[in-house]
Amino acid sequence: MTIDAKGVYYRELNQEVRAAIAAGETDIVLDNVNGQRYIADGVRAKVNITVNGVPGNDLAAFMDGPTLTVNGNVQDGVANTMNDGKVVINGNAGDVLGYGMRGGKLYIKGDVGYRVGIHMKGYKQNIPVVIAGGTAGDFFGEYMAGGILMLLGLGREEGAPIAGDYIGTGMHGGVMYIRGEVDLSRCGAEVGTMEMTDEDDKVLDTYLGEFCSDTGCDMDEIMKVKFTKLYPKSSRPYGRLYAY
Amino acid sequence: MDHWWQKDMSGCGLSGLINTDGARVSGAVIRKSIALMHDRGNGQGGGLAAYGIYPDHKDYYAFHIMYTEEPGKPARDLELAQKETEAYLDKNLAVKLGEDIPVKITDKVRSHPILRRYFVKVRPDKLAAQGFGMSEDDFIVSTVMHINDKIDGAFVFSSGKNMGAFKGVGFPEDIADFYMLENYQGYIWTAHNRFPTNTQGWWGGAHPFTLLDWSIVHNGEISSYGINRRYLEMFGYKMALHTDTEVVTYIFDLLVRRHGLPVQAALQVAAAPFWKDVDRMPPEEKEACEALRMVYGSALLNGPFAILFGHTHGLIGINDRIKLRPFVAATKGKTVYMASEESAIREIEPDLEKVWAPRAGHPVMVELDKGVA
Amino acid sequence: MNIVNPPEFRVKVDQEKCRKCKRCLQSCSFGVYEFHDRVIPDNNKCVACNRCVQTCPEDAITINESPNVYKDHPNWNLQLRKNVWKQAETGGVLLTGMGNNLPYPIVFDGLVVDACQVTNPSIDPLREPMELRTFLGRKPDKVSVEYVNGKLRLKEKLPPQIRLETPIIFAPMSFGALSLNAHKALAMAAKDSGTVYGTGEGGLHADLLEYGPWTIVQCASGRFGVHSEYLNSGVAVEIKIGQGAKPGIGGHLPGEKIGQEISKTRMIPIGTDALSPAPHHDIYSIEDLRQLIYAIKEATNYKPVSVKIACVHNVAAIASGIVRAGADIVYLDGFKGGTGAAPTMIRDHVGIPIELALAAVDDQLRKEGIRNQASIVAAGGIRSSADVVKAIALGADACAIGTAALLALGCSLCQKCYTGNCAWGICTQKPELTRRLDPEWGAMRLKNLLRGWSHEIKEFLGALGVNSVESLRGSRERLRGVGLDAQTLEILGVKPAGR
Repeated sequence: MTIDAKGVYYRELNQEVRAAIAAGETDIVLDNVNGQRYIADGVRAKVNITVNGVPGNDLAAFMDGPTLTVNGNVQDGVANTMNDGKVVINGNAGDVLGYGMRGGKLYIKGDVGYRVGIHMKGYKQNIPVVIAGGTAGDFFGEYMAGGILMLLGLGREEGAPIAGDYIGTGMHGGVMYIRGEVDLSRCGAEVGTMEMTDEDDKVLDTYLGEFCSDTGCDMDEIMKVKFTKLYPKSSRPYGRLYAY
Repeated sequence: MDHWWQKDMSGCGLSGLINTDGARVSGAVIRKSIALMHDRGNGQGGGLAAYGIYPDHKDYYAFHIMYTEEPGKPARDLELAQKETEAYLDKNLAVKLGEDIPVKITDKVRSHPILRRYFVKVRPDKLAAQGFGMSEDDFIVSTVMHINDKIDGAFVFSSGKNMGAFKGVGFPEDIADFYMLENYQGYIWTAHNRFPTNTQGWWGGAHPFTLLDWSIVHNGEISSYGINRRYLEMFGYKMALHTDTEVVTYIFDLLVRRHGLPVQAALQVAAAPFWKDVDRMPPEEKEACEALRMVYGSALLNGPFAILFGHTHGLIGINDRIKLRPFVAATKGKTVYMASEESAIREIEPDLEKVWAPRAGHPVMVELDKGVA
Repeated sequence: MNIVNPPEFRVKVDQEKCRKCKRCLQSCSFGVYEFHDRVIPDNNKCVACNRCVQTCPEDAITINESPNVYKDHPNWNLQLRKNVWKQAETGGVLLTGMGNNLPYPIVFDGLVVDACQVTNPSIDPLREPMELRTFLGRKPDKVSVEYVNGKLRLKEKLPPQIRLETPIIFAPMSFGALSLNAHKALAMAAKDSGTVYGTGEGGLHADLLEYGPWTIVQCASGRFGVHSEYLNSGVAVEIKIGQGAKPGIGGHLPGEKIGQEISKTRMIPIGTDALSPAPHHDIYSIEDLRQLIYAIKEATNYKPVSVKIACVHNVAAIASGIVRAGADIVYLDGFKGGTGAAPTMIRDHVGIPIELALAAVDDQLRKEGIRNQASIVAAGGIRSSADVVKAIALGADACAIGTAALLALGCSLCQKCYTGNCAWGICTQKPELTRRLDPEWGAMRLKNLLRGWSHEIKEFLGALGVNSVESLRGSRERLRGVGLDAQTLEILGVKPAGR
């Protein structure tokens, strides 16, 4: 079913969405979305939601199951503490994406902003995955505790850096795959780099394959460049800091 | 030395547009944009600034003055304040016109301070009497500081030429309706939605904060306020409006107008590059950046911020160095938009050419085409 | 009859544990121990420096306060009575070392620091940039810049500045008061930590010339070791007018301590007394100070000149005068500052606290619009990173640590520096004692101290939601007073907690 969101306040809109899900709808399209916040927050039902337009902040926060596709840019706070499900953004995204994400997938076709993937965590079989097709700002993967973070740098200007500074600062779990070379001086002190292994290649294959099919990016183009793997040098990076 | 003030912090949503070709649009446009971000504020403060709105008086400084109670101070006779202020203006300036600012009471904004505007010029005899090479702008600044500091209950909230600030207690869209901004035409508009926690009900605390033709709307909190304020007091600025954003306006007046720094350098003082980046610069640039920081360290703005500066010749937007507040810019034709949220821009222009998130600490500076102002 | 001044401490040797290795005899530099088939301590000599306790391999030594009691008297504590007995015996001036010993209220302990919550985020210092870099020196009122080919260029150079990577410097303590090894440790640590140390008034030993870029050379009233090469060897020159421990009076290093190295460094004959007069005899009025400042500037091609003063009643006016006389740095030494030797009465009763002096000076300079013309260094009882943060919030550009630095080198604050018997080799010239202080080890300890304090300062800044120390400097708003009276709060410019 389709809901016209034009001029609808977020509270009404989200109520309509929840009512539709409760009534058994499995495929919901929201048209003319502009700035409505909290869409799909806390939703657990395994439904498909399509958003046409630019949704407001905290999209898919605490989401736990649905597949959400956005045709347009998104703002800040997407997939905040998301537990399960998939979010596909066919556009650019703002800051603080996937904060505290514990599971599920967040695929962004374009560029992402600052503080993406902060404190992503893994728990037992829950592994959150965030893939950004373009560039990122400072603090990419800050405080990472688990999960998989990928940055592809597609479509950027010649010579433009793929990410900002303080990459992985405070990293103590999880793994990052960055397409191309990574300047270690832009990474936190806790980060180490490694060559990709066969295991890593399999991981890339699995998730990038899905990413490309969801966003229309070109897998061959992506795989022409070697990836760098970033990992945390310690799970206790601040052991020597304190005087006991 | 007064250490006993209280200050409030500034939330929470802002939007701005500039038509570089000088095409004037009504306040209804920016109203629509800021209204979309209704939830960023709490209804306790809203305001807008506009440039190009007084073409008939464009060589006159347009003083917008509110006569109102001040938080934490005893009640005063506001008509007396008005009388005293007008006498002061008549004595020291050439007043072409003094009138009430037209307003419309609505169920959203039911009561308001006395709101007046005056179109004034500096009198050559009064300026000469100051002796030592004071400029007209200096004279106006000193007049504004005097009224704000010394006349109880009177607050100048706008003092530039061919521009004005309109602000009060209420959501910005309601404030825009209250001042009937749909009837004004301007080529630069900024708007702000506030979420104050300390000083509810204080009309003077809403944004924008202005001095001469600088107007500032700000999202964030200035954690360096304590020292920014004391630094500015050394140069005669009075923080009369109980809100941290006030210092931003005066820092720019000091650095750009009085010290002659290029605007871009002044922006670099406010959002200074980190030492780790300065250390990597080529020696001449490094020396200059170090010097700016050494001399103007007390003017560094710390804390999260996104700020829009309007001035006679353009609009500037800037973020703090680690991008702790949202900030989006966009273009369509001759218009440049800047706002806290992309959707606020799309609400008034769905079909944008370019949309981007400016880099932390790197300003977006847009100038009006030559000859516009 | 001779009245013996009662011993302060009682040394107890557990003879069962003692294995008669006689290490305590070697360690003690105050002559406490003798050995006659067992270790026998002389309580009268013990100063509780604890060197023997630390070196005893069997942990067999305990130092207690003397259990002998005298009848209690609220007006005449035992120390006061001992002072009278001593003076009745010797007819002399009571002498002591280190800083003020009396229980004056500690203003720092009545100040608490803000933290950000909700309306402003705190910042995470371990993962995000946190800047402590500080420049000491005269700053102009404004900067003249231009853009050349889109790049920022300085049009007018700034006067020379001292660059510190952390807002803490080592206080000047003379070679004479300190051993050469202590000086070496300070110099090495200053270099490695990106800060500076002061030579004090004893001149600069030739071995330390290589540390010039991290040295502030001092020109004091005795002019010891002051010559053109010396003045030019450091990064700045400090004119010492006074120090917090003994405002208004001079100093005296007795001839017995003037051995070969000190004689060479201070450029005075071996065995003569080194007398530092109370005033500089060429500074009897403020314009004389200006004259000396510029003489030094001319002689050094305009290096920064610092003027160190003790905090006294009209410190604000004095500081203003000093700034207008051309000083680039004003070093304020509060009344709790330490010393190698000072008359006890002066040390304990003259001068004012650094917290109040600092607030008053910072206010005064701002009121006069000249705060940028000189940096302020605060000293005199800076005991922790918390004190540094509070001092900066009150207005200091940096803090200087003297006592804390010596503690890092092993000092236990026995306050007997003036005897020249320092068991740790810090403030003595006796070669058998100075060799106990390894400069490399000492430098490491000092570096550790600075590192620990700097991290803590970053934690404070992070909690304050500020990522550059410039945004805390002078921001009284980030402090509140607890248990301080209204008058003190007024002077500090700090609100009471709750407001």
